[in-house]
Amino acid sequence: MMAMAVASGGGRQRRVLPGFGLTMGLTLTYVGIVVLLPVIALALKGAEIGPVRFWDIVTAPRTLAALRLTVTAAALATVFNAFYGLLMAWILVRYRFPGRRLLDAMMDIPFALPTAVAGLALTALFSENGWYGQVLAPAGISVVYTIWGVAVAMSFTSIPFVVRTVQPILEDLDTSQEEAARTLGATPFQVFSKVIFPAILPSFLVGATIAFARSLGEFGAVIFIAGNLPMKTEIASLLAVIRLEEYDYNGAAAIALTLVAIAMALLVLSNWLQSRLTRRRVPA
Amino acid sequence: MTTTTAPAALAPRQDRSAPWLLIAVAVVLTLFIVVVPLIYIFWRALSEGWGIFVQNILAPDTLHAIWLTSVVAVITLPVNLAIGTSAAWLIARFSFPGRKALLTLIELPFSISPIIAGVCYLLLYGRQGLLGPVLAAGDVTILFALPGIVMVTLFVTSPFVAREILPLMQAQGSEQEQAALTLGASGWQIFRRVTLPNIRWALLYGAVLATARAVGEFGAVSVVSGAIRGQTNTLPLQIELLFNDLNTVGAFAAASTLTLIALVVLILKTVLEGRTA
Repeated sequence: MMAMAVASGGGRQRRVLPGFGLTMGLTLTYVGIVVLLPVIALALKGAEIGPVRFWDIVTAPRTLAALRLTVTAAALATVFNAFYGLLMAWILVRYRFPGRRLLDAMMDIPFALPTAVAGLALTALFSENGWYGQVLAPAGISVVYTIWGVAVAMSFTSIPFVVRTVQPILEDLDTSQEEAARTLGATPFQVFSKVIFPAILPSFLVGATIAFARSLGEFGAVIFIAGNLPMKTEIASLLAVIRLEEYDYNGAAAIALTLVAIAMALLVLSNWLQSRLTRRRVPA
Repeated sequence: MTTTTAPAALAPRQDRSAPWLLIAVAVVLTLFIVVVPLIYIFWRALSEGWGIFVQNILAPDTLHAIWLTSVVAVITLPVNLAIGTSAAWLIARFSFPGRKALLTLIELPFSISPIIAGVCYLLLYGRQGLLGPVLAAGDVTILFALPGIVMVTLFVTSPFVAREILPLMQAQGSEQEQAALTLGASGWQIFRRVTLPNIRWALLYGAVLATARAVGEFGAVSVVSGAIRGQTNTLPLQIELLFNDLNTVGAFAAASTLTLIALVVLILKTVLEGRTA
């Protein structure tokens, strides 16, 4: 393999920086052992199962129930985060008020807090004698051990995605179009829905897609609050772990591969949205 | 309908009141969603007094979990720094076939959920896994022991350092390093005297994020650790164990230490973001 210094000086004589062999060897060995080998193990196991058994595992009632719960709860969480994230991005960028920077820093807490800690706190808060549960239980709303609990845990851990993807776009947004719209007599709502929202839509969708993907994969926070009842509140990734514990490696691999496939599809979607986003931002 | 046909006279009033309403809604939501859970953790941890709190932290199993989590963090930090820097140097300073593919591979752990990473490790090193028979023959223990916990934590945290310093190294270009090379500096001298001072804050930032994640990782570790009480239980796993034992106050005591770490990380992050920007 030929090493070449990255050319940026256009035509000037460049010497090759040292370290190509060393960094290449180190990086390839490490990524090979730590990342690639385990992923290959999963792929090989999946190939070994064969399409018929694979289909049987994935369409078994318990697997389907787990997948349905995971996707539905993740969708609920994403809908909430889409609204909440858009609201937060909007007020953090557009308004100046006391405590704004603190509120901005707060948006990183769900990422900084270990998921098990978040799961524990949310479960205790929403349980019948918790601060939130005490208010919700008399109203007949139970969160813990229901799909709502799963959605709550998922939405907490994926809060920052929409905020942090929309925020920079909103900051860079040229306000001259808004001003023009306002001068022409548009109401604030019209300005937002006709001028601002279309401009931030791609980033908004990217954020929501990543939040959805993260929610699908969330484990730590969810298993505390879900109660993990088979067919009812058992998420797909937990079912994969249960299959492993039963030494049903085929079952575990099939479920894991299904989740990876969904995650990869979402990644492709988000990359496609992102490429649209950058094309929009650079006028031809 | 009213918004589209609102008379011009009404518009200014709407303008003034709407922001405050929006801000109030945002603040109240954030209080309930983010701030109250945070306060609740400490409130519950201390709900039976400082004496019980200290007793809970000093319980042998919890203490061992704190120790194990620290060991994992101490092992993964230098590895992440070295590999992250190596990968960033390789990708930012050389062009070679497969460069994009390698970058994708380095960032892969970010798009695979940690629990799946744990499953992958079990399928590789488990008794019926790909390398299971080889390991058993050589009497090597990886799963349900420290090596497995460290390796899966490395999987989950491996992209952090490279992701922080790579864009910076690409933006800075290799002019200064080229100059040092022309002046006869060795590779190590170039890295230490030229590259490192330029990327140190980003490097530290990546290290902080990776370590925070290593300390708090739950899903991936829970699959490979076996959660053996007082042996392979990391602090996040210990929280689950205490919670399942119905020792809620003990669980919150353990959780409060991780929450404190998270808050310190947030402060460091804010400081470092100011430096790297």
